[in-house]
Amino acid sequence: MSVPQLLVHDHKDNVGVVVVEGLKAGTDMLCVITEDNSDFHLTSRHDVPIGHKVALVDLKVGDTVIKYGQDIGKVVAPIARGEHVHVHNLKTKRW
Amino acid sequence: MSNTNRKIWAYRRENGRVGVRNYVAILPVDDISNAACEAVANNIKGTIALPHAYGRLQFGEDLELHFRTMIGTGANPNVAACIVIGIEPGWTQRIVEGIAKTGKPVAGFWIEGNGDIATIAAASRKAKEFVHATSGQVRVECDISELWVAAKCGESDTTTGLASCPTVGNMYDKLVPAGLYGCFGETSELTGAEHLAAARAVSPEIRDKFMKTWQSYQDDVIEAHKTSDLSESQPTKGNIAGGLTTIEEKALGNLEKIGKKVKFIDVLEPAEAPARGPGLYFMDTSSAAAECCTLQAAAGYVIHIFPTGQGNVIGNPIMPVIKVTGNPRTVRLMPEHIDVDVSGVVRREMTIDQAGDALIDCIAHTANGRLTAAEALGHVEFVMTKLYRSA
Repeated sequence: MSVPQLLVHDHKDNVGVVVVEGLKAGTDMLCVITEDNSDFHLTSRHDVPIGHKVALVDLKVGDTVIKYGQDIGKVVAPIARGEHVHVHNLKTKRW
Repeated sequence: MSNTNRKIWAYRRENGRVGVRNYVAILPVDDISNAACEAVANNIKGTIALPHAYGRLQFGEDLELHFRTMIGTGANPNVAACIVIGIEPGWTQRIVEGIAKTGKPVAGFWIEGNGDIATIAAASRKAKEFVHATSGQVRVECDISELWVAAKCGESDTTTGLASCPTVGNMYDKLVPAGLYGCFGETSELTGAEHLAAARAVSPEIRDKFMKTWQSYQDDVIEAHKTSDLSESQPTKGNIAGGLTTIEEKALGNLEKIGKKVKFIDVLEPAEAPARGPGLYFMDTSSAAAECCTLQAAAGYVIHIFPTGQGNVIGNPIMPVIKVTGNPRTVRLMPEHIDVDVSGVVRREMTIDQAGDALIDCIAHTANGRLTAAEALGHVEFVMTKLYRSA
């Protein structure tokens, strides 16, 4: 298998993690779901640093972001499929 | 020979425990005895001073934690012999007597009525005696599963949950059933994954003990003192730079360290020695690296596994800290800090099972005497946990 650009933990997840350095907007990313090694393709809409998240689906304010098949917080600004997900559009539900 | 019953060469202590280092420790009871301890360690080669910031006017639970940490550090099997120096004899002798229960050589000295110079002279003579008594000790063959191996992650990022923490979990799933003592902590940093952690308790009793401990940290520490949602503290600025956004996301990656199968069999107070036999333990600790490692070493753990994403450089003076990273950028930028490179996992060139085996190899080599990156680089962070202000 060639080296993926994006890894997703679980089929239920709506975000994945960029695992290569220097990812550019417009990249056709090979995405692998680590749960079962299945794969799909997704186009990145932003330059995204290694380790940062990309949305797998369109997300609206108030939606729950799912990673590891679990709730990791709430969407606070609209996010389109392929866009960067981080502190500017995702917040904790705790504390 | 499979990885789970491989042999290591280590020090068999008087109480039967297995140590992987052979230190003569010079332990201050209190902050004002640091100078004398450092002078003794300077005088006598082959010794190590453990200066710290506390030990005066503490009381109640905080004082008991201080004693537990001091006694546990001296009692750790990586310490062959110990010199204890305090300002006065009472608390000094309490620590000496606690360490002496292991059967190892230990002696106490106090400064009041003697002055630094006479104390340093007497302690130096005893330290030299201890160095001669212990430095020729020969390593003997032991089972890898006799080790006590703690874990804690730091400067985590999203690769931690993808690669380095699952590597630690794989090691625990393999070695804990063979007899290893494991330990994870970081109470606040399980927030968002506390339900999953609780489900890994061995019984309803231990699950309730865990949830009570976790809730108490939320109520008494976080909620009592927070001024915001803890952004830049939990997750840290380094975590955020590495792509972690929320405490929930960080906690879920953190919890990957306990693997897929093994259950934890007890909940320990900070620095409390495990007492329910071999198995995985949860310890109530801060998530700050040096504090957590110091508490785990004081509980008797002899090797530490530290998964890192962005490159935390932590070490400990008496417990080798093995760094594991799955972040290819950190491997490229900070290679001198990394003992086990599992970045192949995110390239899908290495499985978690292979990564776990690579970690077990490194544990065996470290137990045999290979210095970790943190040891070679001189990282000796020794940081006491303090529960509240002194009297």
